[in-house]
Amino acid sequence: MKTLPSVDVVIIGGGWTGLLMAKELGSRTALSVVVLERGGPRKTDDYGDDMDELDYTIRFRMMQDVSQETVTLRHDSSQRALPLRQHGSFLPGSGVGGAGEHWSAVCPRFLPDCFEVLSRTTEKYGSKRLPEDHAIQDWGVTYDELEPHYTRADLLLGISGKAGNIRGQQIEGGNIFEGWRSAEYPTPPTKIPYFSSIFAEAAKSLGYHPYPVPAATTSRAYTNPDGISRPGCTYCGYCETFGCMIGAKSQPTNTLLPVIQKHKNVSIRTGAWVRRIVHDASENKGSARGVIYSDANGQEVFQPAELIFLASWTLNNTRLLLLSGIGKAYDPATRKGSLGRNLTHQVAFSAVTAFFEKPLNRFMGSGASGIMLSDLDGDLFDHSKHPFLRGGALSARSARSLPISECGAVPKSVKSTWGSEWKKAALHYYDRTGRIGFSGEHLAYQDNYMDLDPVYKDHFGDPLLRLTLDWRENERKMADYMTTKAMELAREMGAKEVNPFSGLRSYDATRYQSSHVQGGAIMGSSPESSVVNPYLQHWQLSNLFVLGASSFPQNASANPTPTILALTYRTADAIVDRYLKNPAALA
Amino acid sequence: MRRREFLTLSAASIGGVLVYSLDREVFRLSAQTNQSVRIPLRFFTQSEALFVAAAASRIFPSDETGPGAREAGVAVYIDRQLAGPWGRDRYRYTEGPFEGNAPAEFGYQGKATPQQIYRQGLKGLKGFDRLKAEEQDDTLKQIETTLFFSLLRQNTIEGMFCDPMHGGNIDMVGWQLIGFPGPRMSNYDDVDKHFGEAFRPKPASLRQVTRRKVRPGEDLE
Repeated sequence: MKTLPSVDVVIIGGGWTGLLMAKELGSRTALSVVVLERGGPRKTDDYGDDMDELDYTIRFRMMQDVSQETVTLRHDSSQRALPLRQHGSFLPGSGVGGAGEHWSAVCPRFLPDCFEVLSRTTEKYGSKRLPEDHAIQDWGVTYDELEPHYTRADLLLGISGKAGNIRGQQIEGGNIFEGWRSAEYPTPPTKIPYFSSIFAEAAKSLGYHPYPVPAATTSRAYTNPDGISRPGCTYCGYCETFGCMIGAKSQPTNTLLPVIQKHKNVSIRTGAWVRRIVHDASENKGSARGVIYSDANGQEVFQPAELIFLASWTLNNTRLLLLSGIGKAYDPATRKGSLGRNLTHQVAFSAVTAFFEKPLNRFMGSGASGIMLSDLDGDLFDHSKHPFLRGGALSARSARSLPISECGAVPKSVKSTWGSEWKKAALHYYDRTGRIGFSGEHLAYQDNYMDLDPVYKDHFGDPLLRLTLDWRENERKMADYMTTKAMELAREMGAKEVNPFSGLRSYDATRYQSSHVQGGAIMGSSPESSVVNPYLQHWQLSNLFVLGASSFPQNASANPTPTILALTYRTADAIVDRYLKNPAALA
Repeated sequence: MRRREFLTLSAASIGGVLVYSLDREVFRLSAQTNQSVRIPLRFFTQSEALFVAAAASRIFPSDETGPGAREAGVAVYIDRQLAGPWGRDRYRYTEGPFEGNAPAEFGYQGKATPQQIYRQGLKGLKGFDRLKAEEQDDTLKQIETTLFFSLLRQNTIEGMFCDPMHGGNIDMVGWQLIGFPGPRMSNYDDVDKHFGEAFRPKPASLRQVTRRKVRPGEDLE
């Protein structure tokens, strides 16, 4: 093994959180910073010829290479887990920019009470209302504390939208249910395509409060506080699973990388696959000493560092901690150990596939252009009469209308799935089909967790991460209720036929839901029940910080990127203002 | 070295001269003729290609609603996919142990690669291309629930609507059928117009739009 000269900072992972931390430390300190990214380099120019559904959407060109590493899944701990042999329910990215390159760029904030679900729910409905096997926790940080950092994230990405609550003042046309914002969005809402606009009208006539989806596919040219300029979106429709060919969609490579490249103290090594974090093992304290990685030529390298940020994709954060033997692995039988607990996904599905008489021209749009409503989100409606807690957002976006993925959806009245009758319906309905999506909260449960798989290995021979994950009645009943609401909306929109969502049964690894799989290295107020403190600092190793959505104690309904950016900004401030002066526990 | 095998595409069925260009794309010229082109096969034998072409044509038939899998060159598309990384299972986690009877929500858990699934499945379709249409449909109904058929159906849809650089959707015949224009650099002026009416720009392929010789994934490794 080759040992390199020590550096001040190593950042594992070159996605949104890793590169944001690199940018902040590069701009605000003279520390030597090395970003280790296991995938390849990327830049906007690479995306000039990526508008190919087959290679990018069907064959997953931008995703983590599952032939090398995947995860295993079982629904409960009595089962033997099986590997997810191909991508399905979520899509981890790879390469510089990570999943932040191929995202849809939908950018809502979390509702304020998401950070305090346990105390707010108990307060309002009593602790008996919580599922018996729940593992819900408060985050240890509040919306009010995060708001300034959310605003920085808005400005960084130039998010397009319409505010519904500026410092407590409700504004019609925006999301009146959102947490307070200190300012209007940096750019106005995106253009709204036809399908989304009829959804808005139907929602209004049913008494809801629809608003434009907050979008990092920016509505017009924008220059952010770092001086980075991006063009406005052209609504080509190639957002999700693609990189943006013109850089209108904010991505780490067009928003953070150009700033980082100006800083001589920051370097990015690609093809550097970190396999272990080396540390002084002791029960309660100690420190991380560096990382061992396999470089692009397969050589093992030890990179010593004073300060380490683990900033890989959510699930990979937990796996690397487990592989490195950092912290105590969670045991659901005793509920002891904190590493790997509180695995959550999202209750995300197409609530209704609606078939219309008129063509929708759905090839035009962007991953985030559309309309959503939050009337049924969080605890914004009274749950005393409902058999479930919490909720989520319904939306009509103009994403994912590419023909291989979408042609073939036909009303239930068409019985065949191939041949002339099916073909006729498939051709007719291809551009007359719209989907109302739902994205809802997933509560944390004691038996939904992660550990290392005893059987299956990655291409290095290291154990894969094992997910023990299934839905509970709360999610199933929420899904049923939201499906009936979406049906009402689709009928109000004038749909001729509607195919409702078939309901949640066992967790289905083949149906794409969202790439927002969270938890495992959660934040909280004590080392017994969390892995990191509210500054994302590891409880035992004070020079190790674990960034990203692995820190979420349970999932919110919204897309996580603005929240992980806000949390990263907050950590960067704590590092620069406090930790560097006194490298010790921040909480 | 295997014997060179070819699939012959008839121009008459498409209504124009087929040209097999140097960059291995098939496209159509407008003149009416009976010419045909011979396309070298990468994976299938000639008879296998004929079975696949015939089966794909029952899944996505040429009929009164317009052209189908035959005109789109679906068999050529599938041949190239099978010969490429997808067919060899380059995109799948293939470490054992394998659990053949896993519940559907875990996805395909078997050991066989797409190449092997096709080769095995096609053994059951010997002489398929010479059957009458109704007999072909009956045969396919008997295998409707097999993994082979589900791959064939999915690959047929892919071959209908992929970018022509992949060998299917010849002359964008699939995109024309459904009114999909292919990749467009900008819809800025139109995205919030044409409400309730079909807006159908003339389709263009990725190579036409970018003026670059974009290489398809099946040729990369």
